[in-house]
Amino acid sequence: MEGAHTQASGMGGMRAAGDLVARMQMTRRMRLKEAKEYVAGKLGCGTRDLSDPVAMELLRQEHGLGLLTMTSSTHPAEPGMMEAKFNISKLLDIPINCVERFKERARL
Amino acid sequence: MEVMPLEPKIPTRMGDGSLVEMTRSEIKADLEAGTQLAAKKAKVPELTQEELDHLLDIYASAARFTAVDIGDEVVMSNDGTGTKHIGNRVQDLQSYETLLGIDMVELWQADYSYKAVKTNVAHEGQSMKIAQALLTNPVQYGAMPDLGRYSKPDGPIPNWSELLPMGKIAEARDAQVEACEMLVEDIDFVADAMIEAGADGIDMDTTGAAGDADFLAALTACRKLRDKYPWLGIEIGMAAEFVLGMHGQLEFDGERLAGMWPKDQLRMVQAAGASIYGPAVNINTGKSTAWNIARAITFIKPAAEIAEIPVHVNVGMGVGGVPTCLFPPADATSRASKAFVEILKIDGY
Repeated sequence: MEGAHTQASGMGGMRAAGDLVARMQMTRRMRLKEAKEYVAGKLGCGTRDLSDPVAMELLRQEHGLGLLTMTSSTHPAEPGMMEAKFNISKLLDIPINCVERFKERARL
Repeated sequence: MEVMPLEPKIPTRMGDGSLVEMTRSEIKADLEAGTQLAAKKAKVPELTQEELDHLLDIYASAARFTAVDIGDEVVMSNDGTGTKHIGNRVQDLQSYETLLGIDMVELWQADYSYKAVKTNVAHEGQSMKIAQALLTNPVQYGAMPDLGRYSKPDGPIPNWSELLPMGKIAEARDAQVEACEMLVEDIDFVADAMIEAGADGIDMDTTGAAGDADFLAALTACRKLRDKYPWLGIEIGMAAEFVLGMHGQLEFDGERLAGMWPKDQLRMVQAAGASIYGPAVNINTGKSTAWNIARAITFIKPAAEIAEIPVHVNVGMGVGGVPTCLFPPADATSRASKAFVEILKIDGY
């Protein structure tokens, strides 16, 4: 069922920029249009690009926002999960809870 | 002898998921009946002719799958993420992030109730911490408010469902108020622990399942959490289209909660400080999915029109036009997806 939903109308999560738009909905209570425009503005792209995995692979790489690791696509020299979330927090100008806890506990 | 051509039959689904054949005229009639019934019940406008025509185009089709236009995609906040049976729970979340492309995942335990989680909160917190280290997606923690757990024999409070038939109305009301206070404390306790472990959000799912006191507890807990954590994602997903008045007199911000339909539910959820409102409209298994979708959209439309926060409709396995069955067929699921996005302009589900 989740597969049908994501194929029918999902943004694609971190295959594209769905995770970034979701963070704006959660943290700033933005409705979809505003959240998409906000993220697109920060990335310097159009809102349609946010659901496009091809466009977003390049943009995620450029901004260090994390990439999926699949069979033929590994990125050992790119930011991993927590590192990517540091960059997402900075790019979107929002606090990310686990990033703040990480800084506090690592005494950064 | 002149033979009248028969209107062709189109394969479609009933609310229990069974495959049936209906003509375009029969599907049209079901859409009209669904919106008329919902409008009458909730005292809201029926869908417009343009909206019904659009729904007819979506539902009177033999296509195995349908989808929104490129660029019109919405956010997937996947409450109850995972199968619970593929690897461990965190691997389940990773699968949903990687393979399905879910936008926001949810850590949860099988006993989906804040009262139950409270006894196991340190382990749940540790799982959240591990999930945060292994995922890039936002990870929220979810459970049901589940007020009934506080009544005897499961909890310490006199059982209002036993008191009400005995005519002990005041005692039943007092019991619900007492249980509500305990539930708010438990949601707050669990949320604090999950936030300490790194959670991005808290989901109160199937809210209002035990009626107006259950809804009041979620709203009160939400406001408390919002005061403490201005950045926190807070999702309140409903149990049904209508808040049952098990107490009948409870209010939030001076408004009576019993009898609220989605538009008023949304106003309360928004006022409490939630980030996301999740309306739920249950399926009638004896009616077609066309009838069910028209009914669901009619109930939710007034809420979607005035919402200032994201609306994530519950669209799965018995709610929101998706049939009540274990493996909802992709044809019915994708039609519900497209209908909600294109008619209601929802923000996700």
